[in-house]
Amino acid sequence: MTVETKLTMTEQDVRSFSASHSEPEEFTNLRVQALAAAEALPLPKPDKTKIINWNFTDFPVHTVESSTYSSLDELPEQVKSIVDTDQKNLYIQHNNTPAYISLDKNLQQQGVILTDIQTAIREHGDLVAKYFMTEAVKAEEHKLTALHAALLNGGMFLYVPKNLAIKNPVQAIFVHDNEEASLFNHALIVADKGSEVTYVENYISTVPKAKGQANIVSEVFAEDNASVTYGAVDVLAEGFTTYVNRRGVAQRDARIEWALGMMNDSDTISDNTTFLIGDNSVGDTKTVVVGRGTQKQNFTTQVIHWGKNSDGQILKHGVMKDSASAIFNGIGKIEHGATKANAEQESRVLMLSPKARGDANPILLIDEDDVTAGHAASVGRVDPLQLYYLMSRGITKQEAERLVIHGFLAPVVNVLPIEGVKKQLTEVIERKVR
Amino acid sequence: MSTLVIKDLHVEIEGKQILKGVNITINTSEIHAIMGPNGTGKSTLASAIMGHPKYEVTQGTIELDGEDVLAMEVDERARAGLFLAMQYPSEISGVTNADFMRSAMNARREEGNEVSLMKFIRELDSKMETLAMDQDMAQRYLNEGFSGGEKKRNEILQMMMIKPTFAVLDEIDSGLDIDALKVVSDGINQMKGENFGCLIITHYQRLLNYITPDHVHVMMQGRVVKSGGPELAHKLEAEGYDWIKAELGIEDETVGQEA
Repeated sequence: MTVETKLTMTEQDVRSFSASHSEPEEFTNLRVQALAAAEALPLPKPDKTKIINWNFTDFPVHTVESSTYSSLDELPEQVKSIVDTDQKNLYIQHNNTPAYISLDKNLQQQGVILTDIQTAIREHGDLVAKYFMTEAVKAEEHKLTALHAALLNGGMFLYVPKNLAIKNPVQAIFVHDNEEASLFNHALIVADKGSEVTYVENYISTVPKAKGQANIVSEVFAEDNASVTYGAVDVLAEGFTTYVNRRGVAQRDARIEWALGMMNDSDTISDNTTFLIGDNSVGDTKTVVVGRGTQKQNFTTQVIHWGKNSDGQILKHGVMKDSASAIFNGIGKIEHGATKANAEQESRVLMLSPKARGDANPILLIDEDDVTAGHAASVGRVDPLQLYYLMSRGITKQEAERLVIHGFLAPVVNVLPIEGVKKQLTEVIERKVR
Repeated sequence: MSTLVIKDLHVEIEGKQILKGVNITINTSEIHAIMGPNGTGKSTLASAIMGHPKYEVTQGTIELDGEDVLAMEVDERARAGLFLAMQYPSEISGVTNADFMRSAMNARREEGNEVSLMKFIRELDSKMETLAMDQDMAQRYLNEGFSGGEKKRNEILQMMMIKPTFAVLDEIDSGLDIDALKVVSDGINQMKGENFGCLIITHYQRLLNYITPDHVHVMMQGRVVKSGGPELAHKLEAEGYDWIKAELGIEDETVGQEA
């Protein structure tokens, strides 16, 4: 069955938005084609979650105007605390408005580009044309990727030139403080041959409710021998319908590591896919989730092996409380010819209440004989023997549970490279599981 | 002086009766050893004292200075002064050994009066040195990937940091080589004093070469069948358990069997 969806944005709206940002014609055309395609394209089909009745298309307004920040002192307190004092490489977006940007002078001189996505579309057309929705995520995949391309209204672009290793992390903060706002954000990260970079992004709602859409796409390209570490802490408000698609493409000897703290209060569909194209490439994905209230979520993590001797690791730990439900799909796919590839995954779900639902669904799809693969999955309650052990040292039951839960979610917390963000994730976990 | 009194203790696990009337009284400054072959209820006694969720006390009492221990939750028992060095301690991923031990120490203190980090680290370092433990074990996740010997040392380390009034050591010597055994014994001997009482559960006499017990008890068929001084342990080492079985007319010493 094809569902015809009436879109709130017309071709004319899209054209005029594109024109107001002085986008090149090719980009305008890309938007217009995607908009036309979106009408007929089906929704994605995340395994085991029925989203046919989810509302991914309605939103009050496409774009809101928000203030810029002339200095970091103007940031809301919640946001200030996630910026380390020595943070030099920083992009902050205020709803849909690029609000603050800074990049180490030395890095600028060496050819690093850090900018909002609209500026990138205007000023770095060649790079954008090469990487934007061409290989990792395609506009015509399904309705939501098409809508994303058509309605893109924010995001950032990071380019790291050949053989440059950026020591300090690059941080992007997306501040949401307007209920009406929708986030069609795109993060495009290109690490050229032999380069290294750590990128950390924060989605943070400072208002308790949202009425719009969060349709977020990240594309990461690690060229030969490049290394990208991608950390994220998502804390979007209830009321968004969140679709977040983070994908990476690793070429020969390249490495992409993900550490995702998925702490939204909204219903969320998450796709995190790593394509291990080159020989000896490595994809390491770690995801932690806390679901509460009546939240419904689906987290699909895939590593797809094309390269020989490629190594894919998937770790997912979810904590479910109240009546929240979540599906954790882990897919390790080894294509024919990817000899000596290794695909490992571990999915564990901890239930804190009888009404919570969690499903760990490990899938291995293997088209090559000479490979290794493994998976472990479990769904259960906090182990009573662990509690007994901790309590036998005088720790109260409540504190013992807290320790076990924080320990369970530590794999992502511990690897986040920015102290403020690490602390923030710990506090969000604390608040959500209480 | 504190006293732990176990009276007529009967314990079941999953409907099966294991302990059938255990009586032991331990005072601080005393070291008691419970010996006996496998399957006679020694570890069940340890677990019942601490309040393991699977063990059900069906009869009898445990009192600590007159307080009803059986009415307390596990954590209350610990804060009242009991400690159990477990035979199979749980592994807890993501929680560092050091954080866990600080939480345990702070659980005994009022809010706002937590142990200072510097003081804690100094004490932890010195105790780890006593136990010949690698300093990096403080930052490793609690028991995760620890070898058998490392787990035993870690149990004793916790005891030394928490300083309980009564410690029950459940087969702390099993799987330890002679060097580790000496180190662990040193740790236990450091605790000896008028504010500390200890119940050591073991199969083997060899631990008692390093820690001299004041009282030795032999368990069979879920009861204490014989008590004596340190000489009893020596006799068991030399002659085994058969003479006790003969004396008492016991054919099979394990629980579930009657004389």
